[in-house]
Amino acid sequence: MASKKDFVKFDKVDKSYDGKVLVVKDLQLDIAEGEFVTMLGPSGSGKTTCLMMLAGFETPTHGEIYLDGKAISSIPPHKRGIGMVFQNYALFPHMTVYENLAFPLRVRKIPKDEADKKIDKALSMVSLQGFASRMPGQLSGGQQQRVAVARSLVFDPQLVLMDEPLGALDKNLRESMQYEIKHIHESIGVTVVYVTHDQSEALTMSNRIAVFNDGKVQQLSSPDELYEKPVNSFVAEFIGENNTFAGEVSDISGGKCKVKLSNAEILANPISVKVKGERTTVSLRPERALINPTSKMDNIHGGKIEEVIYHGDHTRVRINLLGNSDFILKVPNSSSNLDIKLGNEIKIGWNSEDARALDPK
Amino acid sequence: MSSETKQILTTDGIPLEVSLKKAEKKNKIKAFLLVAPLLFFLIITYVFPIGDMLFRSVDDKMVTQMLPKTFKAMESWDGQELPEEEVFAAFHEDFIKLVEDKREGKLSTQLNYTKNGFKSIIKKLRRASKKFEEGNYKEQIMSVHKRWADVEYWRAIQRRAPEFTGQKYLKGMDMYVNEEGKIVSVEEDRRIHRVLWLRTLEIAFFVTVFCFLMAYPIAHLLATLPMKYSNLLMICVLLPFWTSLLVRTASWMILLQQQGIVNDFFVGIGLVADDNRPEMMYNKTGSYVAMTQILLPFMVLPLYSVMKTISPSLMRAGKSLGGTPFVAFWKVYFPLTIPGIGAGCLLVFILAIGYYITPALVGGASGTLISNQIAFHMKSTLDWSFASAMGLMLLSGVLVIYWLYNKIVGIDNIKLG
Repeated sequence: MASKKDFVKFDKVDKSYDGKVLVVKDLQLDIAEGEFVTMLGPSGSGKTTCLMMLAGFETPTHGEIYLDGKAISSIPPHKRGIGMVFQNYALFPHMTVYENLAFPLRVRKIPKDEADKKIDKALSMVSLQGFASRMPGQLSGGQQQRVAVARSLVFDPQLVLMDEPLGALDKNLRESMQYEIKHIHESIGVTVVYVTHDQSEALTMSNRIAVFNDGKVQQLSSPDELYEKPVNSFVAEFIGENNTFAGEVSDISGGKCKVKLSNAEILANPISVKVKGERTTVSLRPERALINPTSKMDNIHGGKIEEVIYHGDHTRVRINLLGNSDFILKVPNSSSNLDIKLGNEIKIGWNSEDARALDPK
Repeated sequence: MSSETKQILTTDGIPLEVSLKKAEKKNKIKAFLLVAPLLFFLIITYVFPIGDMLFRSVDDKMVTQMLPKTFKAMESWDGQELPEEEVFAAFHEDFIKLVEDKREGKLSTQLNYTKNGFKSIIKKLRRASKKFEEGNYKEQIMSVHKRWADVEYWRAIQRRAPEFTGQKYLKGMDMYVNEEGKIVSVEEDRRIHRVLWLRTLEIAFFVTVFCFLMAYPIAHLLATLPMKYSNLLMICVLLPFWTSLLVRTASWMILLQQQGIVNDFFVGIGLVADDNRPEMMYNKTGSYVAMTQILLPFMVLPLYSVMKTISPSLMRAGKSLGGTPFVAFWKVYFPLTIPGIGAGCLLVFILAIGYYITPALVGGASGTLISNQIAFHMKSTLDWSFASAMGLMLLSGVLVIYWLYNKIVGIDNIKLG
């Protein structure tokens, strides 16, 4: 399936709207054919601008975008052959579902019987057979969303762009649509570029995720790598939950470093620190720290429980640990963890490998 | 199931429907009191005058009341030959009474509407009647003027007997009831109203078209430009609203006259020769230009309010799905603006069809409309019933257009804002 490594290629793309601020800075991004790539980032990070440049509604200020080896900056949007799902679906309200789907086929002068087959196929793909004669206004949000997806796929584009397509749906519907879109992608093998600010959506659906901040791609990697091995403290903060310790490297040797905090010293995994004396932020996922640790762990410290929040399957425990009063622990609910009471002193431990010493914030 | 719902009682045993009505009654009264001032205002300033107008346009009591005995005597007259002595005697009796009240002038005006030539013979009759002797009035009246011996003129009097008449409406269409009682058109060279009706429709139609062609791009710009520019443009669109209609029309007179700015400019760039300046005023061109400018905001505003609601992502979707910018516009954007187009066109057309001041000032002879004719009859000839009749014809024309529009486009599709 993944025949071309750089099916979509952003080559040193800059974008500025006002000539003063760059919203996209020196973007370098390759997307392979058949891949599902998500651009994830807070609002204003430039991810939607990138998508609009790819669709042809914005022009890069500098640099070039290649689609299947061809530079596309001078090709108008309607000749790019890219399917797109918009944030508010952008279904044509005066046309039926059938006419909405027929629009891209009609402008391509596809004969009616062939077009009908494609429309049937697209509607069955999103399980909306029998809705062809409805107007968009008569459909629920989730159904409109599915029509928008079907419309973006009906003319067999090689690339589909999705701009926060699930933003307007409620939580349950959003989750089921995530799986639905993921399955459609898997079954037809189209390349998808997806924009969202919802990290769980990105983690669920994508082959690779590009985390945007401040006009730059902070990290481009698979969901698990993004979560387990963030390369800088922005990514660590943005994806999932994160406990941090700010300190200074006091020693670095053999793939481990010592980080001196204000009142203690911890062992960490040096990721972006190189030399002694550098400032650093150590990042540790809550589920990687354990209470009542085994002696194999090389970081064991005592803390006081400040808050206990019951979450059903697990309990969140806030602990004052090494001067950080926001240290979060996730403890699975089991009968062995009965000593978690407000005000108790407990021992916490983690492996230095999981404590990533990243750039200082 | 409905019988079950009927039996629902409130906690104190009163049927639910009764207590609901009771609770809502107060609100209904409040609502009515709120609209009452407007309702009375409308009745006094709108319903009553229109009713009065409708009545006036068919009311023909004046002559009926001036010649009561004559018409009574005429009841047995077959209208073939000159009436009998008793009709003449009755007419003389009515006429003497009118002369005493000094109302014979009104009679002559009224009868002259029906048939030309009554004015002079009534004057002559008044003078002669002072010397009339008792008896044989037929001979005496006929000797005053030969027209009094013409059966046509007596038939003309008889035609004014009914209290109500539709002849003003026929006159508005350049038609009349001839001596045989048939509805026929007036001679070709005396038809003025039909031309005016057609011209009114023509000018209203083309003003609507011009307004639409100009307003569409403006409204689109207004709806899509960033706020700071669109606000400025909006002020430019609304500026005419804050200027007096008369001032605007007068400024068009300054611009369009033969020694005016526009002509000076054309001469200046060598488009026309100095001694051959085109007439752009006191003709249809003047009406078109001035009315289009004045009515433009009525087209821009409904269009703008509709375009404002069309999401820009729809056009983008159209393009991303492979439509050229034109196809995306024509298949996606344009159909969505139809409610605004309908509202704007209806508004401009209806306003244009009754337009008065502007065509009166810049229209000249070939650019005046039916409303100018109505005003002429209101102010100059004082034939109010004819003016009322034409006013009502105009009103019913507008209602017909409204009805047609509802049939074709559907009134629910209108969006004024």
